[in-house]
Amino acid sequence: MKVGIVSFPGSNCEDDAFYAVVDQLGEEAVKLWHKDHDLQCSDVIILPGGFAYGDYLRAGAIARFSPIMREVAEHANKGGIVLGICNGFQIACEAGLLPGALLRNDVGYRSMPVTIRVEHANTAFTSAAKVGDCLTMPIAHGEGRFAGSEDLLDQLENDAQVLFRYVDASGAPTVDANPNGAMRNIAGICNAARNVIGLMPHPERAVDPLLGSKDGLVLFESLLVAAHA
Amino acid sequence: MTRFRVSVHIVPRRGLLDPQGKAVTDALHTLGFASVGEVHVGRHLVIETGAADAAAAEASVRTMCARLLANPVTEDFEIAGVVKE
Repeated sequence: MKVGIVSFPGSNCEDDAFYAVVDQLGEEAVKLWHKDHDLQCSDVIILPGGFAYGDYLRAGAIARFSPIMREVAEHANKGGIVLGICNGFQIACEAGLLPGALLRNDVGYRSMPVTIRVEHANTAFTSAAKVGDCLTMPIAHGEGRFAGSEDLLDQLENDAQVLFRYVDASGAPTVDANPNGAMRNIAGICNAARNVIGLMPHPERAVDPLLGSKDGLVLFESLLVAAHA
Repeated sequence: MTRFRVSVHIVPRRGLLDPQGKAVTDALHTLGFASVGEVHVGRHLVIETGAADAAAAEASVRTMCARLLANPVTEDFEIAGVVKE
């Protein structure tokens, strides 16, 4: 499996993603520059966390027009796997690769560990996990409040596109467990075709006990299952 | 081609939680402005552009709003003014 990790000006989680894929999974990864038009035959594309273009205008609004996003969209439209983490999730939503939007948190910037519950295991990023698994990993964002119309949220639930929800220690999606005011405690979703996945928490920062948690590793292991299917 | 300054207001869509607006509302209430209802915090952009006439300048900025300046999922925009330079 070859993973292409896109670097935008202001991205800062490329190395974390690279570490997760190369050092922890033992797979190949390559960093892709946002101005290029070449995915270098990557099987999986990661849009990493950070503050692309300084989050000017809205987080992800300008990065979505970076040259490489044309190829990323083509990759996604052909069924290729695209994973957006944090700022990458924001970029994917702005690009229309994922529905909904990520708004300013209800309580400002949050950097803390959260627990998320796996809601569906039938995607390339959740297949190695089990429904109901509760995973602990960090968040670090100021604009992560997932929002959409009630109709959109109902449709996402009905079509099993809500992949992760913020939950408390007992696995319940409570108000207190919700770090940013996300509607229906949504932490991550996929598109209708289930090949584009976005989430606000950082699984790539939770792949080694030294980092405080390795709960994120199971999500990256899912990519392996998908790539070798 | 004439130069125009087009002003745009972009605000969070009504009904969506606007934490900045709510914080400002609460502060105004604390200051005694009890009659304040809701406050909406958005962005004000001034775009200098060339166009054949004012209508064309406004139409162009509306397209810019739809494509980049406003998020169609969560924000509304209005053209606040078109001024010939």
